[in-house]
Amino acid sequence: MIEIKNIHKTFGENHVLQGISAEFAEGKCNLIIGGSGSGKTTLLKCMVGLHEPEEGSVIYDGRNFTRMNFATRIEIRTEIGMLFQGSALFDSMNVEDNIIFPINMFTHQSHKEKLDRANFCLERVNLAGKNKLFPAELSGGMKKRVGIARAIAMNPKYLFVDEPNSGLDPKTAIVIDDLIQELTKEYNTTTVVVTHDMNSVMGIGENIIFLHEGKKWWEGTNKEISSTDNKELNDFVFASKFMQALQKK
Amino acid sequence: MIFHPLGKYILLLKAVFRRPEKWNIYRKEIFHEMVSIGVGSLGIIAIISVFLGAVTTVQTAFQLVSDFIPKSVIGMILRDSSILELSPTISAVVLAGKVGSSVASQIGTMRVTEQIDALEIMGINSPGYLILPKIIAAITTIPLLVIISIGLSITGGFFAGTASGAVTQQDFITGLTTDFNPFTLTVCMVKAVIFAFIITSVSAYQGFYTSGGALEVGQSSTKAVVISCIAILFSDYVIAQLLL
Repeated sequence: MIEIKNIHKTFGENHVLQGISAEFAEGKCNLIIGGSGSGKTTLLKCMVGLHEPEEGSVIYDGRNFTRMNFATRIEIRTEIGMLFQGSALFDSMNVEDNIIFPINMFTHQSHKEKLDRANFCLERVNLAGKNKLFPAELSGGMKKRVGIARAIAMNPKYLFVDEPNSGLDPKTAIVIDDLIQELTKEYNTTTVVVTHDMNSVMGIGENIIFLHEGKKWWEGTNKEISSTDNKELNDFVFASKFMQALQKK
Repeated sequence: MIFHPLGKYILLLKAVFRRPEKWNIYRKEIFHEMVSIGVGSLGIIAIISVFLGAVTTVQTAFQLVSDFIPKSVIGMILRDSSILELSPTISAVVLAGKVGSSVASQIGTMRVTEQIDALEIMGINSPGYLILPKIIAAITTIPLLVIISIGLSITGGFFAGTASGAVTQQDFITGLTTDFNPFTLTVCMVKAVIFAFIITSVSAYQGFYTSGGALEVGQSSTKAVVISCIAILFSDYVIAQLLL
């Protein structure tokens, strides 16, 4: 489980996160949703240590991450897998080397064991046999899947996903969402997904936090989200014509 | 104004020299960078060195109008100017353009495409992994390139001088071997190592703190070359003042 307590983050004059507290349960897909500029990605980056919050703490299963220094954070970081919005695959490495990279750095496995793990991860994301392709040769959806394969290579306890469906067609987006949900159940990870995609919200949102103007505005499940009377949340959820039509029905 | 980036540069260097996670992975990266920086720059260094030597010989001969000065002085001037200034400094300025821009744009692109964030998330010391191999590769291969440059510069000067009739083979070789002070080679190697460090560390700094997109990567690359060149020329003066 991950707990965040009273997170504050400012960039210059801009107070992006204004005292956000939440709990993200193990074995569940926890979604952080909100409009553009609401602070979703900033919150995610504060949680993984890419941004340092001015105030508040991030606690991984009782371990206060924000109070740790670089050396002690490594222990938690090796338990984290993350899928970035643009996949962030290493351009100079092929698919196999991208997946093996964290294993190479932090374990003493034999080359065969590492290859077996890479092949297993690739099979898990339905990309078996694509080992030698370079990121430039992959489609957007394939890059995301390689990103997921790399994220799960070290058997993470915590999985962070930033905008998994950005730039993908609806069908591929569903494949990626399903994969994230399956892996969460399979590895019992604490999964935190940042998204503004309503398909994801309705599909995999077991625990949803809605951010608005840097504050936590609402918290609930995908079953509760369409029946809430929170005005800002309704404006967000029913912004598209499709969702409005669905609401009328 | 200068103190903030200088402080950031020093803090980055502190992170660069943190103990590596796994030496054998760093070793592979070092060899890869040695090939990229050293072997990859051999062609351009060879071409500029030959022409620098040739031009220096012809122009020195042109200025020697007095019959009281022996022609062998041409070989001596070419030798000392190649060792002390032309080979280390001009090579470094050219390498700041070639290697510096490549380092800054490579690291800058990794920054804007979140690849550096991915390294950080994995628990890898990204400045160490990305920059240390480049610095080690540069401070080992650039002095070698400078030595090759000295040899080619003198060779270029020899052929240009004898082919144009500005100096005889005998006079040129006499000049080359007369009054050689081996300390000039030490100064040359000190310069080469310091210039190599400046090129890679300054360019890596510019790339590492890139923010934005493709436009900013290009700007970082340009800044890396400009600042490296200025730092090279400034340190050239300081080294000359301190050691000679």
